[in-house]
Amino acid sequence: MRALRKKLGRDLWHNRGQVLSIAAVVATAIMTVLSMRGTYESLVVARDDFYQESAFPHIWANLERAPESVRGRLEAIDGVSAVDTRIRFMANLQLDNRDVPATGLFSSVDPDVRSLGQLVLRSGRLPGIRERDRVVVNEKFAEANELEEGDAFGGIINGQMRRLQVVGIAISPEYMYPLAPGSIFPDNETFGLVWMGRETLAAESDMEGAFNEVALQLQGSAQEEAVIDELDRVLKPYGGLGGYGRAEQISHQFLEGELTQNRNTGTLIPAVFLAVVAFLLNIVLRRLVDTQRQEIAVLKAFGYTNRDVGWFYLRFALLAVFIGTVAGIGFGVWFGNVMVEMYKEFFVFPDLQYRFGFDLVMIAVVISILSAAIGALGGVRSATGLPPAEAMRPKSPAHFRPGIFERMGFEEWLSSTARMVLRNIERQPVKSILSALGVAFSVSVLVLGMFMFDAIEYMMDLQFNKVQREDISVVFERPLPESVEIELEHMPAVTRAEVYRAVPVRLIHGHLEKEAGITGRRLDDELQRIIDEDGRPIRLPPDGLVLSRYLADQLGLKHPGPIRAEILEGSRPERTVQVVDIVDDFLGASAYMELEGLHRLAGGVRSVNGANLKLAPGTRDAVMSELARKPSVSGVSSPRKMYEIFRQQMDEGFLLGVFFLVFFSSIIALAVIYNGARIALSERGRELASLRVLGFSKQEVAVLLFSEQALITLVAIPIGWLLGYWMSWAMVNAFVTESYRIPFIVDAGTFTFSAAATIVAAVISSLVVRRRLNRYDLISVLKTRD
Amino acid sequence: MESPTIFRAEGLTKIYDMGEVQVVALRDVDFTLLEGELLVLLGASGSGKSTLLNILGGLDSPTEGSVWYRDQKLNTDNEDELTEYRRHHVGFVFQFYNLIPSLTARENVALVTEIAEDPMPPAEALELVGLKERIDHFPAQLSGGEQQRVAIARAVAKRPQVLLCDEPTGALDLETGRIVLRALERVNNELGTAIAVITHNAAIAGMGDRIVRMSSGRIASDERNPHRTHIDEITW
Ligand SMILES: Nc1ncnc2c1ncn2[C@@H]1O[C@H](COP(=O)(O)OP(=O)(O)O)[C@@H](O)[C@H]1O
Ligand SMILES: [Mg+2]
Repeated sequence: MRALRKKLGRDLWHNRGQVLSIAAVVATAIMTVLSMRGTYESLVVARDDFYQESAFPHIWANLERAPESVRGRLEAIDGVSAVDTRIRFMANLQLDNRDVPATGLFSSVDPDVRSLGQLVLRSGRLPGIRERDRVVVNEKFAEANELEEGDAFGGIINGQMRRLQVVGIAISPEYMYPLAPGSIFPDNETFGLVWMGRETLAAESDMEGAFNEVALQLQGSAQEEAVIDELDRVLKPYGGLGGYGRAEQISHQFLEGELTQNRNTGTLIPAVFLAVVAFLLNIVLRRLVDTQRQEIAVLKAFGYTNRDVGWFYLRFALLAVFIGTVAGIGFGVWFGNVMVEMYKEFFVFPDLQYRFGFDLVMIAVVISILSAAIGALGGVRSATGLPPAEAMRPKSPAHFRPGIFERMGFEEWLSSTARMVLRNIERQPVKSILSALGVAFSVSVLVLGMFMFDAIEYMMDLQFNKVQREDISVVFERPLPESVEIELEHMPAVTRAEVYRAVPVRLIHGHLEKEAGITGRRLDDELQRIIDEDGRPIRLPPDGLVLSRYLADQLGLKHPGPIRAEILEGSRPERTVQVVDIVDDFLGASAYMELEGLHRLAGGVRSVNGANLKLAPGTRDAVMSELARKPSVSGVSSPRKMYEIFRQQMDEGFLLGVFFLVFFSSIIALAVIYNGARIALSERGRELASLRVLGFSKQEVAVLLFSEQALITLVAIPIGWLLGYWMSWAMVNAFVTESYRIPFIVDAGTFTFSAAATIVAAVISSLVVRRRLNRYDLISVLKTRD
Repeated sequence: MESPTIFRAEGLTKIYDMGEVQVVALRDVDFTLLEGELLVLLGASGSGKSTLLNILGGLDSPTEGSVWYRDQKLNTDNEDELTEYRRHHVGFVFQFYNLIPSLTARENVALVTEIAEDPMPPAEALELVGLKERIDHFPAQLSGGEQQRVAIARAVAKRPQVLLCDEPTGALDLETGRIVLRALERVNNELGTAIAVITHNAAIAGMGDRIVRMSSGRIASDERNPHRTHIDEITW
């Protein structure tokens, strides 16, 4: 067997390009499995642990104010296992080293009670329930503003500026994605969570003996819907705004969306790579065995069995799989760690560590080896099916027939060389189709990736350049008369002010209902507009409601028509209101109405809750600080600034993302086209040498050899486009949440880029093979028999 | 009157450097081929016949020495020039037919006529070798002798001045071999193409105008044959 081993060494060296290209695909398959699925599983485990340890609630509800005595009635609801009541409100914060005010979401905390959604302290301690001006802040906020234990910052509570001292830094399972209400991505510099002792906070906000938020945990058997119905009934007299489950809890929702996406891509991408590995190992081994049929016949004549010979060639595949696996595990673990670190930037976990299971690697390895074995044994069987004497004779010329184009009558148009190319493709239709599919996958991965970037870009552009055009938006502490608009407009830096009213409602259509907020605006508002999916502004009708498509779908409303609206404030009237338009938007679940109409619908005093402001250039920070100090203002934020942050993050992430996309997809294209060309060269080296003898130039012969790969690539590109388009569409449909929907934007640039990147990969593979072609020794090829 | 020469080689030496050993395939060979002649190159296996023909045909370059094609000195180191030379002036026939399996007989010939300057129509070339009725067959549908005749048709279709044949009957039986030789003779007679045929089969030698014998990389003898043997009388 020593001689055989030597031969293996030589064969491997001769075919090292193929071994390495297949190893690269194996490595990428394993790398993507390990990093993507590994990250997914790490996130799930870390989240589940956190939820478990912190007693993450199942249901939440906000309300105006209820006495603690209501708690007993909540505990008595069938299916409820634990109740946690809280006090919560928004207030402005003033950080010493920042010009711009921040917004704090203040919550009550009681160090002696084990609550639901329990905080995990990173450092320090919780404030005592009666301790004044001592707070715990969330870790991301502390990091972003360089706050440490002992540091202090300003908070405007109930109209009074207070110095709040940090005694601890914590994380909360309810804010793993720390998003300010109403925003779409976290800005930790300007949004913080602040926890204060329960009694102190109650005293500060006139909530002694009362609560305005409640969280529930359910018994295993409980029906969420039924509990929410009962909860809403109990809280109705106390200004209940409607209960909601985890599916509507913002942090949970974003995390869940991320996990779903991670799971899908983490399954799809490695599966594609494995399919390509299976295909390549199969054709390469089959071909390798085929070129060596005479040697195999000799081996057989010496008494080697089919198994011996098959095993010999299989080791070729094993080496590729082995190299790929080792490299894949290395890169996969590294990349998994990188991904987990990236997640830590956005999501907060107490203990997120990258972990992976070897079970996934095993699956990848087994699939690779099986497909190699099938290819090797198939080749060996066909080589050994002949008696040794016959196998040692040269193979008679392969059978061909006129190609489909010629049968269709295009014969006259095709040169002899063109006919060679077409007939060769047609002679092995399965191989040609699978090669084209492989390249098509590579194109589609790029289309899908570019689509994701384009979609986010489009969504943000729409949101910040068309929908929210104000420089800052202000939320009032409590409803104010409309005349506040004039006051705001009189501020020196303000060039335009538009007030709005937000009314919490429960919309009811048939047996379906959904809590939402109706925003009331003036017809001539310019700063915030309603924009449809194509970026066109929609005129607010003088009467009636405009709904997000998402909200309309939740209510089962296909076309405009009447629905019921239960107002969740004041005397809580329930009225019929006409939906006059449904708009396909991408962010939030919104309902809009003309301001006067909303006043009529909601009743109560003609008040407004907030305003959007346009400012003179360069005055933003000063105006924000000035407004934040006003007792009547509970929140000031700047969509502009948010957009700037987004742009920065996007530009950084974009290059890296595109790099990995191109890298991943190129590996497929490179491997498929390189191996295709190598196999074509080994199958037709003799033909090509004959052509050289007949006077064809190196260039002409190379063109002939690569025409087949070029044709396959060109056919594959539109297939890849279609595939990518379809995958993008599936992605759009998989992500329909209350917070966001993905716009379906696949533009010409995506198609051009994906095609161009694939063509570049194809050209590179061809150039590598061309070097080998150039070294081909004409005479020795012609002297030998096939 | 002496015919003009097509090839003239002077002082050809070819050494294959195999690392530890050096194989001298040609030693200082002078050689000429005249227009219209049918030359048979005889010699034992390994005597350097193929090497000589390959150098003359521009497939290989000598270690030393020069080759003239008519009045033109071949720049044997220039890949592009050799390609042009093969494309327009020389036809090759090998022991193994080297047809393109994916092309029919006609298309195999057309492959050459599509790139040549003044070719004959493929059908005419195939008729010359007696394969008119097999014109649309693929190689897999042809016998060995038929495949070799297609190879001859392919080699002559560009109307080369010279046809170089390296053991064209080596893989064929007697009767088929004769048919192939007849095809070569016909090309020589009707088109006036000069032909050099390599064989290690002395029986074939009689068909040539001139018989050159090689041994150990040298020309051992070079004689005229005033009475060409009729091919039907050749046996082996
Ligand atoms: N590519 C090559 N590398 C090394 N030696 C070669 C090569 N081609 C031919 N030879 C050697 O050169 C000598 C002459 O070969 P060749 O011209 O093929 O002889 P013939 O055609 O007369 O049988 C032989 O000894 C052969 O082994
Ligand atoms: Mg020879």
